[in-house]
Amino acid sequence: MSTGIAKPDFWQHDLVPAAEHKELNVLNLGPTHPATHGIFQNVLTMDGEYIQSAEQTIGYIHRAFEKIAERRPFYQITTLTDRMNYCSAPINNMGWHMTVEKLLHIETPKRVDYLRIIAMELARIADHIVCNAVIGVDTGALTGFTFIFQDREFIYEIFEEICGARLTTNMGRIGGFERNFNDIAWRKTKHFLDYFPKKLKEFENLLMRNRIFMDRCINCGPFPLDRALAYGFTGPNLRACGLDYDVRVMDPYCSYEDFDFKIPIGQNGDVYDRFMVRQKEMWESLKIIRQAVEKCEKMSDKTTFTADVPEWVLPPKEEVYNEMEALIYHFKIVMGESDVPVGEVYHCVEGANGELGFYLVSDGGRTPARVHFRRPCFVYYQAFPEMVKGIMLSDAILSMSSMNVIAGELDA
Amino acid sequence: MVDRLGAAFPEAVLAQEQFHDMRCFTVRKESLHDILRFLRDELDFNFLTTLCGMHYPATEGQEDLLGLVIHLHSFRNRHRIRLKANTPLKDPAFPTFTDLWPATNWMEREAFDFYGLTFTGHPNLKRILNMEDFPAFPMRKDYPLEDPTREDKNDSMFGR
Amino acid sequence: MGSVREGMTKPTDIAPRPALGKPTIVPGPAGHEGAGFFATRLDDAVGLARKNSIWPLPFATSCCGIEFMATMGSNYDLARFGMERLSFSPRQSDLLMVMGTIAKKMGPILRDVYTQMAEPKWVLSMGACASSGGIFDTYSVLQGIDRIIPVDVYIPGCPPRPEQVIDGILKIQELVANEGSRRRYSKEYEDLMKQYKID
Repeated sequence: MSTGIAKPDFWQHDLVPAAEHKELNVLNLGPTHPATHGIFQNVLTMDGEYIQSAEQTIGYIHRAFEKIAERRPFYQITTLTDRMNYCSAPINNMGWHMTVEKLLHIETPKRVDYLRIIAMELARIADHIVCNAVIGVDTGALTGFTFIFQDREFIYEIFEEICGARLTTNMGRIGGFERNFNDIAWRKTKHFLDYFPKKLKEFENLLMRNRIFMDRCINCGPFPLDRALAYGFTGPNLRACGLDYDVRVMDPYCSYEDFDFKIPIGQNGDVYDRFMVRQKEMWESLKIIRQAVEKCEKMSDKTTFTADVPEWVLPPKEEVYNEMEALIYHFKIVMGESDVPVGEVYHCVEGANGELGFYLVSDGGRTPARVHFRRPCFVYYQAFPEMVKGIMLSDAILSMSSMNVIAGELDA
Repeated sequence: MVDRLGAAFPEAVLAQEQFHDMRCFTVRKESLHDILRFLRDELDFNFLTTLCGMHYPATEGQEDLLGLVIHLHSFRNRHRIRLKANTPLKDPAFPTFTDLWPATNWMEREAFDFYGLTFTGHPNLKRILNMEDFPAFPMRKDYPLEDPTREDKNDSMFGR
Repeated sequence: MGSVREGMTKPTDIAPRPALGKPTIVPGPAGHEGAGFFATRLDDAVGLARKNSIWPLPFATSCCGIEFMATMGSNYDLARFGMERLSFSPRQSDLLMVMGTIAKKMGPILRDVYTQMAEPKWVLSMGACASSGGIFDTYSVLQGIDRIIPVDVYIPGCPPRPEQVIDGILKIQELVANEGSRRRYSKEYEDLMKQYKID
């Protein structure tokens, strides 16, 4: 007999009397549920199979990122950003680095920007693979998941060559990268560009024009555009509703203006539109990576991997052991004694889920005075009760997984 | 455009600053709701990016202040703006903005959870990320990061 | 479609892979065999059967959950160790794999899931966050799940590589194989449960 469950106080009765001599059922889609892909709770009031209302509880993985960030020097906060949207960690890392560079007025050379773009777009593909495969799993189509995850392993191998880690990458440093992309990384990236389109097409053929998938997903949980904007939707969910808002195009950062890519949009914001928007975005990301690889090959300079800011970029170890200034810079950087200007900055990047914003307030010390992460999942998950009102439970599960709610980003 | 804001609310705008590429207004908290409505309807700031709290601990010049920081974005004009409003710690009440943008529902709950800012008129002002019966407001500067009751981590080894 | 690495130019500076030998079969327990019979200890036979057919409950909360999904995928394949069937119902599972940070808000729920499992049950704590709180030494994170439930194997890492996860699973298999049938009724086990206030 368990007494430890935290029963929410709004859960008074198990049957809720309603009009017309109907009794509504209360169903707890609890924090641990195989289909919710993350730990958040929904207490659904249901009329048979149809949902009348949903009460959400989040915070089951609240790890106090914003509080931790007030106690860490700037380069140590990158490891925290990894763990927000952990399916596409490089995007979070680069976003944070760009925020700090904005505060410090550091301009990164073009090659660094292009290398960053390669990492970010690979991460975007990795995240969209997870989301789309999971939409398939929730409709019952497990084959796509097992096929396409093999290719996600290859993206992990590329990340390993760049930074050493698969999932929580801590990729890059303030001002650029920790090392140049080595030959193996370039070889693997080019191989990825060659073989992945075939695999993506295979995955698409399984689901895109599949009768069962289309019947399940079309007109399932549609969301009107004006409500989506009012709820702060960004990213693929907003683009599926019909608005082409993409931070890479609206406020270009990291030399995205040099690249030629389209923004896919949907029509009525249902599950099929979100699936298709993410699918098309994967194709666009492949285009961007191809262009970035070509641009990097055409550049005569193949050795720059960081901006020229000795105050913030660790010097190579040979210099640290032999030269006095390098030793002093190394010491200053690691102990966090580099000068930080007072000010505040807001920078946003196009994360895989939407506009991932970083609001950084600095008071001149080695740690920030305040860091606020504008997490897209947190903002748009509020719309879930409105989205599922009046639809069936299985469609609600599908809506939730198509919104790509990642618990780490929800709770931070 | 920003002069229109100053013209419409002359006594409410307390300060104006430019940080990097964003203009930042510090306004009086009583007129914050009207200013946001004006920005949304007249100046076409249709998107509320984020809303968060701040804590300015007491210095010799002033008492403890709690702040609210709101970022707005105008899609059509490709323009962003930041609004700040402060309130003394003893009176942490703000008007709610859920009638203007429903996106602020959870953002205000998060600000309440972390700082203790209350929003009058909010439909469901409960803690959102911490447990409901959590006794303090953790993001305030005087609350420690680590759980003081843990006994397995040796603070002296961690440089604390 | 072929393998992922089809058509990739092979680097010449990496040592060639050793040739794969014949597949190994799980060795049987020690015993006495003759024509038509095999005598061994009951514990050994039951342990052998149990260790190769564990039904895990993936309690995935954060990043380690994604790494677990990668381990279940075809590249690192946990199914070859008998873990083909993942159950999300604690009543039908043997191994509770806690993967990811457990916040204090989640603690009572984890404890409930553990108590709902039927004996014999094992607990695997994957990742630094589940083992000791990880990098999150904060007011809201439980500093290790062994504060509330007894743990059998800890897998360090943030997140642990799939090979480490497989190593942890193999250690669990060792524990399962060598566990006596009387352990769950012993005084020692009862004291352990009392220590965690689980009845």
